[in-house]
Amino acid sequence: MPHALHLRGAIAALAVPVLALAATLLPSVAAHAEGEVNIYSYREPGLIDPILKQFSKETGIKVNVIYSKDGLIERMSAEGANSPADLLLTPESGLLIQAKAAGVTQALNSKTLEDAVPASLRDPEDHWFALTRRARVVYASKDRVAQNAITYEELADPKWKGKICIRSGQHTYNIALIASMIAHLGEEKAEAWLIGLRDNLARKPAGGDREGVRDVQAGLCDLAVGNTYYMAAMLKNPEQKVWADSVKMLFPNAADRGTHINISGAALAAHAPHRDNAAKLMEFFVSHEAQEIYAEANGEYPVIASAKPSELVKSWGELKADPILLSDLAALRKKASELVDKVRFDAGPSS
Amino acid sequence: MSERPKAAGPFEALRGWLSARQGAAHAPGWGLSVAVLLALIALPVAAVLVIAATPANNDWPHLASSVLPHALRQTLLLGLGAGLLTLATGTATAWLVTMYRFPGRVLLDRLLVLPLAIPTYIAAYSYSELLDYAGPVQTTLRGLFGWTTVHDYWFPSIRSLGGAVFVMSAVLYPYVYLAARASFVQQSVCALEVARTLGRTPMGTFWAVALPLSRPALAAGVALVVMETLNDLGAVQHLGVETLSASIYATWLQRSNLGGAAQIATVILGLIVLLFAAERFARGGAKVHHTTGRYRAIPFQDIEGWRGYAAAALCALPFVAGFVLPFLLLAKFALTHISVAIEGGFLRAAWNSIFLATAAAAAATALALVFTYAPRVAASGLTRFARRAAGFGYALPGTVLAIGVLVPLAAFDNFVDGWARSVLGISTGLILSGSIAALVYAYVIRFLAVALGGIEAGLERISHNLDAAARALGETAMSALWRVHLPLLAPSLGVAALLVFVDALKELPATLLLRPFNFETLATHVYAFAALEQIESGALGALTIVLAGLVPLILLHRAIAGGRAGGSGD
Repeated sequence: MPHALHLRGAIAALAVPVLALAATLLPSVAAHAEGEVNIYSYREPGLIDPILKQFSKETGIKVNVIYSKDGLIERMSAEGANSPADLLLTPESGLLIQAKAAGVTQALNSKTLEDAVPASLRDPEDHWFALTRRARVVYASKDRVAQNAITYEELADPKWKGKICIRSGQHTYNIALIASMIAHLGEEKAEAWLIGLRDNLARKPAGGDREGVRDVQAGLCDLAVGNTYYMAAMLKNPEQKVWADSVKMLFPNAADRGTHINISGAALAAHAPHRDNAAKLMEFFVSHEAQEIYAEANGEYPVIASAKPSELVKSWGELKADPILLSDLAALRKKASELVDKVRFDAGPSS
Repeated sequence: MSERPKAAGPFEALRGWLSARQGAAHAPGWGLSVAVLLALIALPVAAVLVIAATPANNDWPHLASSVLPHALRQTLLLGLGAGLLTLATGTATAWLVTMYRFPGRVLLDRLLVLPLAIPTYIAAYSYSELLDYAGPVQTTLRGLFGWTTVHDYWFPSIRSLGGAVFVMSAVLYPYVYLAARASFVQQSVCALEVARTLGRTPMGTFWAVALPLSRPALAAGVALVVMETLNDLGAVQHLGVETLSASIYATWLQRSNLGGAAQIATVILGLIVLLFAAERFARGGAKVHHTTGRYRAIPFQDIEGWRGYAAAALCALPFVAGFVLPFLLLAKFALTHISVAIEGGFLRAAWNSIFLATAAAAAATALALVFTYAPRVAASGLTRFARRAAGFGYALPGTVLAIGVLVPLAAFDNFVDGWARSVLGISTGLILSGSIAALVYAYVIRFLAVALGGIEAGLERISHNLDAAARALGETAMSALWRVHLPLLAPSLGVAALLVFVDALKELPATLLLRPFNFETLATHVYAFAALEQIESGALGALTIVLAGLVPLILLHRAIAGGRAGGSGD
């Protein structure tokens, strides 16, 4: 029976890795040793890696990371008191507020942190702290757009019909922006604005922020909505530099309420097994040194007064930030998300 | 058969032990084993249902008025479109390759399975890179014809429902091709020749005999395509198609309603259960195995002249669309960004991927064999239900399933920890959550359907007369499985294991969420770059996924072409 022989050979071949697996399967108990700190991160690890390396170098504390784009708060809830997580890192404020509401965070009372981070950029009870700021701006074609100022409201003006590119309305960056429009304009006007913006789109909302800039360069649209730090990243990329070079950055509403900003931030886990190390890391995040790394390497805006944006970031112009409270935006996210569905923003222009 | 051979090696020993445990002619242990295994498999799905029962708030008025009308339509059209396109592509190419001889046939037979190595999100990315306004195709056209703006010409948008159907079908049709090919190869030529003698044309034979005989296999292949299409998020999100799985994420992440998200996932699950039921109902109680055991080498029909080249071109098309184009794009990026990728420590990631995928493949194949064989020897409502229910983990989006895995495992860990603290005064911490075991568990649940379909189809082609003969000669259910069915099933088992392996290699969302600290697989490695919107830097990792998938896919071909009692298909 040749087939039986084949099969047995295959089983034998499989048996080796399976036994190897069985041997290593269970001892997975997460890092509990001293001198460690465990991070659950919604933030891409590449962006924080230089800072974590520097922290380990200076303190000798080993940093362990799990990165996932979603589900980490749910994972912390399920793990409960045995959760190995010490810090939760997020690329935006909504998740921090959600984490606090889910009860997976605790207060971190630290004079250093309170002195460094302005009250508007941390939780009133100090459960979470902003680590960097970024603005959601308009990238405009250098060739085809003459004006050097713009407002978010103006994006709904029919003069831009077929000229704007943006990513999915349900993306968290756009949800926060739309929430800010609801806060400033009221729900009704915000809906009319969103419909206006939808009908000005050059294509269906999809892809990422960089693809918007790419499409401006290619001539598909004149304006693209995107976060500031992508400009820094595109300039470093040999293929994308030409995209970045084709656009100028307009800070919307610079003349009135200021440009919509969001934060990346961190929260102390409710059952952090290495609380002291976690506090040390959090304080390191807002140290002058780490803030400069954020500014230089990622092109983000520091949260502490003593650290300055990089020369590149400064060259984009002055950032006047919309002072609205992050918690007020978080409260309007649900409404913003429903509005995106209601006007079928993601289906693209209706005509 | 009264004397058992002496145990000469570990497998004989195992066999002897297994046989000794199954003394009775009828196998009473099967029902219990199946019940226990099903409970383990169904636990995460049950957890999702429990989460669905406790939503943060009621999103249905909103969903019903603003989301469902189009999301449901888009989801169904996407599933239907991809199902039909892969059915046509997979069946046609498999029939051509199996029954006809034309230039390049042997090579094409091997190449046609390769698109399976390309993850859907990579395919979506590649095609939008190629076909977007800023991509090389449209740029070239504009240069050629002197068009300057988007209004000067019309070009089909890849970021559309049609685009998504095309992209998904391009990389998923091998599920149908493999099922059809294995099925056609294993059909007795005698059955086909009888049809010819009775006056059927070759095409008539295809429609009247080969296709009905292959129906369970084709249905299993298409079911995989449809499930993978409906649970996909990465590709549809990239292509801007508003399916139900996109609504799951908006509900969960932007409206902070995990329960509501689980409800939508339950709706998708329900749709798929209905689909399966409909297929089974349509097939009725028809038994589709043939009763002859006579096999001869397939007498190929030659297709000559230009028609031969046309057949070759027809078979090359899906391969080029599903593999060559995305592969070339990745290769181009990988060459440009090779230094970035080497730094990223992907050798470790590659080892982790291969290790996990192997474990998942072995476990899923073994489980699938139990679930499909049990109803044959211990027919009962339970075993039949289990066979059908065991594969539904595939219908849930990966992240939703991951949450479903997380909740019971963590509850178990915390229960054990609480007990150990109170009785023994020690803390056991988390044992299973965040372990590699949790990942394998999730993979098995997710990809069991992939193994089940192929093995079930293979088993259905084995005549029950063989079982009866074996049992009459004194074999037990277990020993007959070992001595009769397994040798006949070897190709199906090989195909199942290799498919699970390739799928596990590509798995992303569950891996991201369930993994231990500092643990990367190839897929998470690539994703880390994709999340930064610089997937080009992860191209080498993506290529490695593809290349690691190629080895099993080439083996797969051997398993299938060799799966013929009367000689290879070559």
